[in-house]
Amino acid sequence: MSPRRPFFWIIALVIAVFAAAPLVGDNVQLRESLLLAAVYMTLASNLNMMMGYAGYVNFGNIVFFGLGGYICVYLLSAAAWPLLPAALAAGICVSLLALLFGLGVLRLRGAYFALATIGINEAVKAFVNNFGPWGGATGLYLSTELFAPLGGPRQALWTIYFLLVGIMGLSLYLSYAVKSSKFGLGLLAIGQNEDAAAVLGVPTRRYKALVYSASAFLPALAGGLYFFKSAFIQPVDAFDLQFSTEAIVIVMLGGQGTVTGAAVGAYLYEELRGWLLTSETFSSFQLVIAGALLLLIVLFMPGGLMGWVYERWPRLKRVLE
Amino acid sequence: MYGIIASIVDGVLVGSVYGLAAMGLTLIWGVMNVINLTHGAMIVAGMFGLYFLTSALGVPAYAALPPVLVVGLAVGVGLYWLAVHRMIGRPPLMSLLSTFSVNLVIIGLGTAAWGTVLFNVEVTLPGLSWHGYTFPGTHIMAALLTALLAGLLYVFLYRTRLGKAVRAVSGNREAAELVGIPTTRVLSLAFGLGVALACVSGALIATLFPFTVLAGGAYQLKSFVVTVLGGLGNPAGALIGGIALGLVEGLATPFMPVSWTPIIEFLLFIAVLIAFPGGLLMLRRS
Repeated sequence: MSPRRPFFWIIALVIAVFAAAPLVGDNVQLRESLLLAAVYMTLASNLNMMMGYAGYVNFGNIVFFGLGGYICVYLLSAAAWPLLPAALAAGICVSLLALLFGLGVLRLRGAYFALATIGINEAVKAFVNNFGPWGGATGLYLSTELFAPLGGPRQALWTIYFLLVGIMGLSLYLSYAVKSSKFGLGLLAIGQNEDAAAVLGVPTRRYKALVYSASAFLPALAGGLYFFKSAFIQPVDAFDLQFSTEAIVIVMLGGQGTVTGAAVGAYLYEELRGWLLTSETFSSFQLVIAGALLLLIVLFMPGGLMGWVYERWPRLKRVLE
Repeated sequence: MYGIIASIVDGVLVGSVYGLAAMGLTLIWGVMNVINLTHGAMIVAGMFGLYFLTSALGVPAYAALPPVLVVGLAVGVGLYWLAVHRMIGRPPLMSLLSTFSVNLVIIGLGTAAWGTVLFNVEVTLPGLSWHGYTFPGTHIMAALLTALLAGLLYVFLYRTRLGKAVRAVSGNREAAELVGIPTTRVLSLAFGLGVALACVSGALIATLFPFTVLAGGAYQLKSFVVTVLGGLGNPAGALIGGIALGLVEGLATPFMPVSWTPIIEFLLFIAVLIAFPGGLLMLRRS
């Protein structure tokens, strides 16, 4: 990653557009839709580092987001921490937990790891459902007074939006930085052939644990802000199967292993979802549509959108990572 | 003391049904190295199959099992051609994603049709009393039927030509193809069998506990735990693994609320995977 490459500035431009677009005419509706797109982009880019680079499907990627949300909301309500330290603490805690878990579980290869990530989703959900201090199944509520330090609810919503766009930008730069580093090359090698990578001297176990932990930080931070915004958190929302699925669909839709793909896929998916939600016939079939879309992509277009673009215009490969 | 023993025995009875479900998962993995993520959805499909046969058509609960098994086999063969066939020999990521997507479609349709309401199948069977504790008749019946089905599967795999073909493909697909076995058809049959086992065990579970459309996730996790206990790809191991899981659950029930079981299961899962990556029963081979 270097400021001399055009892709660096493309990311900067995307962030600027996200930050500026809703300010024109104080467009709250556009802001809400872009906020969701930014969250999707954050989840998808971080999942992409696991799935697209290292070739490990993380079915439990929503655990990072949900746990981050819980830790942040808990620190805000029970310990009365200010928002930013609470969100940062949530990110760091979840990242450390992921590192510990990763060091243990990533000794497992391929399919076994996928099973473990499905298991962790069920287990964490069960844990939070039973954990008294976090309100069990009813969850935690935040009083609206907590919006006061940010200048009242109206101003606070804008602040959270800008913070989430910032996190989205950081996610894109992180994906880009990892991809163009030696670490990223090692991950891509693991994704293609783990044995060969190990023989060539890639410390596969350490790299896998590191990328697992790195891909936990920003989603946890985003989760903290997201649930601060909704002012309450419940296990059903925090560990929603739908969200976790959508991140996988997005990565496959955009093209696994590409930074642009994860971002474009997230934006397109958000638009599609918004359209489906407003249409009465489709709103209850969201999961079905996400599933059918994923199946079609896996069967007929495993390279995703970016795979198609690269095939059509091979020279773009050098500009869009 | 009697209470704990009764709880363990009951756990083992129920655990054997989990073992049956896991046999379906492990059979598919053993034959084609695919983890079938529609497993949970198929367990739920079996539950609803039983529910509609008994409530809408008035079929007695246990007479509804053969149709569930047959339909499950047909659905499984269809699923193989739809979502799995093109993934054979590709990276495991692809078959995981394709079966996962089918799982989403099924769960999505289920929740759209029935929401997440609790369903229940009433089965009345006399139980067995022992020192003031009663083992429900349904639990005993489920364990007996599991033993019967596992026995039938054994006879099929070891005593029939087709079953031997399944084992041959599982051992070495190229060699099986060379001696004239139509391996692709055998793969689709094996996938169908795996799904049929998931459906029928789902139907058996429905006679024991109430269920929702989303119940699949929890039972799928149990199957994962059982398969790693028994070693992936080993149907006999799966049955023993199921009994072992039932034993652990039975031992835990008197001491903590049932809602903690997924956590215990998951910890067991991780511990086994880390200590014995090949499964407890694979130790002999290495």
